[in-house]
Amino acid sequence: MHSATGRTPHRPLDRPLKLVAIGTAAGLFSGLFGVGGGTVIVPLLMLWLGYGEREATGTSLAAIVFIAGFAAAVQGVYGNVHVLDGLLVGVPAVGGVLIGTWLQQRLDVRAISLLFAAVLVVSAVELLTQ
Amino acid sequence: MTGAIIIGVAAGVLGGLLGVGGGVLFVPGLVIFVGLSQHQAEGTSLLAIVPVGLVGAYSQDRYGNVRRADALLMGVLSIAGAVGGVALANALSGTVLRVAFAILMLLIATQLVRRVLDGQKKSDPIRLDTS
Repeated sequence: MHSATGRTPHRPLDRPLKLVAIGTAAGLFSGLFGVGGGTVIVPLLMLWLGYGEREATGTSLAAIVFIAGFAAAVQGVYGNVHVLDGLLVGVPAVGGVLIGTWLQQRLDVRAISLLFAAVLVVSAVELLTQ
Repeated sequence: MTGAIIIGVAAGVLGGLLGVGGGVLFVPGLVIFVGLSQHQAEGTSLLAIVPVGLVGAYSQDRYGNVRRADALLMGVLSIAGAVGGVALANALSGTVLRVAFAILMLLIATQLVRRVLDGQKKSDPIRLDTS
Protein backbone atom coordinates (compact mmCIF):
# COMPACT_ATOMS: atom_id res chain seq x y z
CA MET A 1 0.00 0.00 0.00
CA HIS A 2 1.23 3.46 -0.77
CA SER A 3 1.43 5.66 2.24
CA ALA A 4 1.33 9.30 1.34
CA THR A 5 1.59 9.88 5.10
CA GLY A 6 -2.20 9.99 5.07
CA ARG A 7 -2.95 12.32 7.89
CA THR A 8 -6.68 12.35 7.61
CA PRO A 9 -8.50 14.35 10.24
CA HIS A 10 -10.74 12.11 12.30
CA ARG A 11 -13.65 12.54 14.64
CA PRO A 12 -13.37 11.23 18.23
CA LEU A 13 -15.06 7.87 17.56
CA ASP A 14 -13.19 7.28 14.33
CA ARG A 15 -10.00 6.32 16.04
CA PRO A 16 -11.17 3.43 18.24
CA LEU A 17 -13.38 2.14 15.44
CA LYS A 18 -10.42 2.09 13.08
CA LEU A 19 -8.32 0.29 15.68
CA VAL A 20 -11.05 -2.31 16.13
CA ALA A 21 -11.30 -2.77 12.35
CA ILE A 22 -7.53 -3.18 12.07
CA GLY A 23 -7.48 -5.65 14.98
CA THR A 24 -10.27 -7.74 13.51
CA ALA A 25 -8.73 -7.80 10.03
CA ALA A 26 -5.33 -8.68 11.46
CA GLY A 27 -6.87 -11.46 13.58
CA LEU A 28 -8.59 -12.98 10.57
CA PHE A 29 -5.41 -12.78 8.54
CA SER A 30 -3.36 -14.20 11.39
CA GLY A 31 -5.66 -17.15 11.96
CA LEU A 32 -5.99 -17.94 8.28
CA PHE A 33 -2.29 -17.80 7.38
CA GLY A 34 -0.45 -18.49 10.64
CA VAL A 35 1.21 -15.07 10.59
CA GLY A 36 1.12 -12.26 13.13
CA GLY A 37 -0.91 -9.86 11.05
CA GLY A 38 1.74 -7.14 10.94
CA THR A 39 1.42 -7.05 7.16
CA VAL A 40 -2.08 -5.68 7.70
CA ILE A 41 -1.45 -3.63 10.82
CA VAL A 42 1.61 -1.58 9.82
CA PRO A 43 0.31 -0.06 6.57
CA LEU A 44 -3.15 0.58 8.05
CA LEU A 45 -1.76 2.37 11.12
CA MET A 46 0.25 4.59 8.79
CA LEU A 47 -2.52 5.14 6.29
CA TRP A 48 -5.55 5.51 8.59
CA LEU A 49 -4.06 6.86 11.79
CA GLY A 50 -1.06 8.81 10.52
CA TYR A 51 1.49 6.73 12.40
CA GLY A 52 5.17 7.08 11.55
CA GLU A 53 7.00 3.96 10.40
CA ARG A 54 8.79 3.12 13.64
CA GLU A 55 5.73 3.71 15.81
CA ALA A 56 3.69 1.54 13.46
CA THR A 57 6.18 -1.32 13.61
CA GLY A 58 6.57 -1.06 17.40
CA THR A 59 2.85 -0.90 18.09
CA SER A 60 2.22 -3.70 15.60
CA LEU A 61 4.65 -6.01 17.41
CA ALA A 62 2.85 -5.38 20.71
CA ALA A 63 -0.57 -6.11 19.18
CA ILE A 64 0.80 -9.25 17.53
CA VAL A 65 1.56 -10.81 20.92
CA PHE A 66 -2.17 -10.93 21.64
CA ILE A 67 -3.27 -11.79 18.13
CA ALA A 68 -0.85 -14.68 17.61
CA GLY A 69 -1.52 -15.84 21.18
CA PHE A 70 -5.26 -16.13 20.55
CA ALA A 71 -4.80 -17.77 17.16
CA ALA A 72 -2.18 -20.21 18.51
CA ALA A 73 -4.53 -21.24 21.32
CA VAL A 74 -7.33 -21.98 18.84
CA GLN A 75 -4.94 -23.86 16.51
CA GLY A 76 -3.88 -25.84 19.58
CA VAL A 77 -7.46 -27.02 19.96
CA TYR A 78 -7.28 -28.31 16.37
CA GLY A 79 -4.04 -30.13 17.26
CA ASN A 80 -1.91 -28.10 14.86
CA VAL A 81 0.65 -26.69 17.29
CA HIS A 82 3.96 -28.57 17.52
CA VAL A 83 5.58 -27.01 20.56
CA LEU A 84 9.14 -28.31 20.04
CA ASP A 85 9.24 -27.26 16.39
CA GLY A 86 7.87 -23.89 17.45
CA LEU A 87 10.79 -23.50 19.85
CA LEU A 88 13.25 -24.62 17.16
CA VAL A 89 12.38 -21.59 15.01
CA GLY A 90 11.06 -19.28 17.73
CA VAL A 91 14.11 -19.21 20.00
CA PRO A 92 16.58 -18.20 17.23
CA ALA A 93 13.98 -15.66 16.10
CA VAL A 94 14.14 -13.89 19.47
CA GLY A 95 17.81 -13.18 18.77
CA GLY A 96 16.87 -12.11 15.26
CA VAL A 97 14.22 -9.65 16.40
CA LEU A 98 16.71 -7.86 18.64
CA ILE A 99 19.08 -7.53 15.67
CA GLY A 100 16.23 -6.32 13.45
CA THR A 101 15.01 -3.72 15.93
CA TRP A 102 18.55 -2.50 16.49
CA LEU A 103 19.17 -2.24 12.75
CA GLN A 104 15.91 -0.38 12.23
CA GLN A 105 17.04 2.48 14.46
CA ARG A 106 20.29 2.88 12.53
CA LEU A 107 20.04 1.76 8.95
CA ASP A 108 18.36 2.49 5.69
CA VAL A 109 16.46 -0.75 5.34
CA ARG A 110 16.10 -0.62 1.54
CA ALA A 111 18.80 -3.12 0.70
CA ILE A 112 17.58 -5.46 3.43
CA SER A 113 14.01 -5.13 2.16
CA LEU A 114 15.08 -6.20 -1.32
CA LEU A 115 16.95 -9.13 0.16
CA PHE A 116 13.83 -10.22 2.04
CA ALA A 117 11.74 -9.81 -1.10
CA ALA A 118 14.10 -12.21 -2.86
CA VAL A 119 13.91 -14.68 0.06
CA LEU A 120 10.11 -14.53 -0.08
CA VAL A 121 9.99 -15.20 -3.82
CA VAL A 122 12.36 -18.18 -3.51
CA SER A 123 10.40 -19.59 -0.55
CA ALA A 124 7.08 -19.15 -2.35
CA VAL A 125 8.36 -21.09 -5.36
CA GLU A 126 9.77 -23.76 -3.03
CA LEU A 127 6.42 -23.99 -1.22
CA LEU A 128 4.52 -24.35 -4.49
CA THR A 129 6.77 -27.15 -5.69
CA GLN A 130 6.60 -29.14 -2.43
CA MET B 1 17.62 -28.41 11.66
CA THR B 2 20.25 -25.85 10.61
CA GLY B 3 17.83 -24.60 7.96
CA ALA B 4 15.11 -24.20 10.58
CA ILE B 5 17.44 -22.24 12.87
CA ILE B 6 18.58 -19.95 10.04
CA ILE B 7 15.00 -19.30 8.97
CA GLY B 8 14.20 -18.57 12.62
CA VAL B 9 16.89 -15.89 12.88
CA ALA B 10 15.86 -14.41 9.50
CA ALA B 11 12.20 -14.32 10.58
CA GLY B 12 13.20 -12.49 13.74
CA VAL B 13 15.26 -9.89 11.87
CA LEU B 14 12.32 -9.37 9.52
CA GLY B 15 10.04 -9.02 12.53
CA GLY B 16 12.18 -6.39 14.17
CA LEU B 17 12.69 -4.41 10.98
CA LEU B 18 9.17 -4.52 9.65
CA GLY B 19 7.00 -4.93 12.75
CA VAL B 20 5.66 -8.30 11.73
CA GLY B 21 5.79 -11.57 13.64
CA GLY B 22 7.92 -13.42 11.11
CA GLY B 23 5.20 -15.90 10.19
CA VAL B 24 5.72 -15.32 6.51
CA LEU B 25 9.09 -17.05 6.93
CA PHE B 26 8.19 -19.42 9.81
CA VAL B 27 5.45 -21.13 7.82
CA PRO B 28 7.48 -22.03 4.69
CA GLY B 29 10.48 -22.84 6.91
CA LEU B 30 8.44 -25.31 8.93
CA VAL B 31 7.03 -26.90 5.78
CA ILE B 32 10.31 -27.05 3.84
CA PHE B 33 12.88 -27.77 6.58
CA VAL B 34 10.86 -29.50 9.29
CA GLY B 35 8.36 -31.31 7.08
CA LEU B 36 5.18 -30.15 8.79
CA SER B 37 1.91 -29.97 6.87
CA GLN B 38 0.63 -26.52 5.91
CA HIS B 39 -1.92 -26.57 8.76
CA GLN B 40 0.64 -27.71 11.34
CA ALA B 41 3.14 -25.15 10.09
CA GLU B 42 0.58 -22.35 10.47
CA GLY B 43 -0.40 -23.40 14.00
CA THR B 44 3.22 -23.83 15.06
CA SER B 45 4.25 -20.53 13.45
CA LEU B 46 1.67 -18.73 15.59
CA LEU B 47 3.27 -20.13 18.73
CA ALA B 48 6.75 -19.07 17.55
CA ILE B 49 5.47 -15.55 16.83
CA VAL B 50 4.48 -14.88 20.46
CA PRO B 51 8.05 -14.59 21.85
CA VAL B 52 9.11 -12.59 18.76
CA GLY B 53 6.30 -10.11 19.38
CA LEU B 54 7.04 -9.93 23.12
CA VAL B 55 10.76 -9.28 22.77
CA GLY B 56 10.31 -7.06 19.71
CA ALA B 57 7.66 -4.94 21.42
CA TYR B 58 9.73 -4.66 24.59
CA SER B 59 12.73 -3.59 22.57
CA GLN B 60 10.73 -1.09 20.48
CA ASP B 61 9.10 0.24 23.66
CA ARG B 62 12.54 1.21 24.95
CA TYR B 63 12.96 3.35 21.84
CA GLY B 64 9.55 4.91 22.60
CA ASN B 65 7.91 3.37 19.53
CA VAL B 66 4.96 1.54 21.12
CA ARG B 67 1.59 3.23 21.61
CA ARG B 68 0.44 0.88 24.31
CA ALA B 69 -3.27 1.72 24.49
CA ASP B 70 -3.69 1.32 20.74
CA ALA B 71 -1.77 -1.96 20.72
CA LEU B 72 -3.89 -3.30 23.57
CA LEU B 73 -7.17 -2.31 21.91
CA MET B 74 -6.21 -3.88 18.57
CA GLY B 75 -4.76 -6.96 20.22
CA VAL B 76 -7.62 -7.75 22.59
CA LEU B 77 -10.32 -7.04 20.03
CA SER B 78 -8.65 -9.23 17.41
CA ILE B 79 -9.97 -12.35 19.11
CA ALA B 80 -13.12 -12.76 16.98
CA GLY B 81 -11.12 -12.38 13.79
CA ALA B 82 -8.46 -14.78 15.01
CA VAL B 83 -10.98 -17.48 15.91
CA GLY B 84 -12.75 -17.02 12.56
CA GLY B 85 -9.47 -17.12 10.63
CA VAL B 86 -8.32 -20.34 12.29
CA ALA B 87 -11.71 -21.98 11.70
CA LEU B 88 -11.53 -20.94 8.04
CA ALA B 89 -7.96 -22.25 7.68
CA ASN B 90 -9.01 -25.61 9.09
CA ALA B 91 -11.98 -25.78 6.75
CA LEU B 92 -9.68 -25.41 3.73
CA SER B 93 -7.49 -28.16 2.27
CA GLY B 94 -3.74 -28.04 2.79
CA THR B 95 -3.15 -27.52 -0.92
CA VAL B 96 -5.51 -24.54 -1.19
CA LEU B 97 -3.98 -23.01 1.91
CA ARG B 98 -0.43 -23.56 0.65
CA VAL B 99 -1.13 -21.97 -2.72
CA ALA B 100 -2.89 -19.03 -1.04
CA PHE B 101 0.09 -18.64 1.28
CA ALA B 102 2.56 -18.66 -1.62
CA ILE B 103 0.50 -15.92 -3.31
CA LEU B 104 0.55 -13.94 -0.06
CA MET B 105 4.35 -14.22 0.01
CA LEU B 106 4.65 -12.97 -3.55
CA LEU B 107 2.34 -10.03 -2.77
CA ILE B 108 4.42 -9.08 0.26
CA ALA B 109 7.59 -9.34 -1.85
CA THR B 110 6.01 -7.04 -4.45
CA GLN B 111 4.98 -4.61 -1.73
CA LEU B 112 8.54 -4.53 -0.36
CA VAL B 113 10.04 -3.85 -3.78
CA ARG B 114 7.47 -1.16 -4.55
CA ARG B 115 8.21 0.62 -1.31
CA VAL B 116 11.90 0.66 -2.07
CA LEU B 117 11.22 2.08 -5.54
CA ASP B 118 8.74 4.66 -4.18
CA GLY B 119 11.23 5.68 -1.54
CA GLN B 120 13.91 6.22 -4.17
CA LYS B 121 11.58 8.20 -6.41
CA LYS B 122 10.87 10.65 -3.63
CA SER B 123 14.56 10.51 -2.65
CA ASP B 124 13.25 10.24 0.86
CA PRO B 125 16.14 10.34 3.32
CA ILE B 126 14.09 8.48 5.92
CA ARG B 127 13.74 4.73 5.81
CA LEU B 128 10.93 3.34 3.75
CA ASP B 129 7.62 2.43 5.26
CA THR B 130 7.82 -1.29 5.01
CA SER B 131 5.01 -3.40 6.27
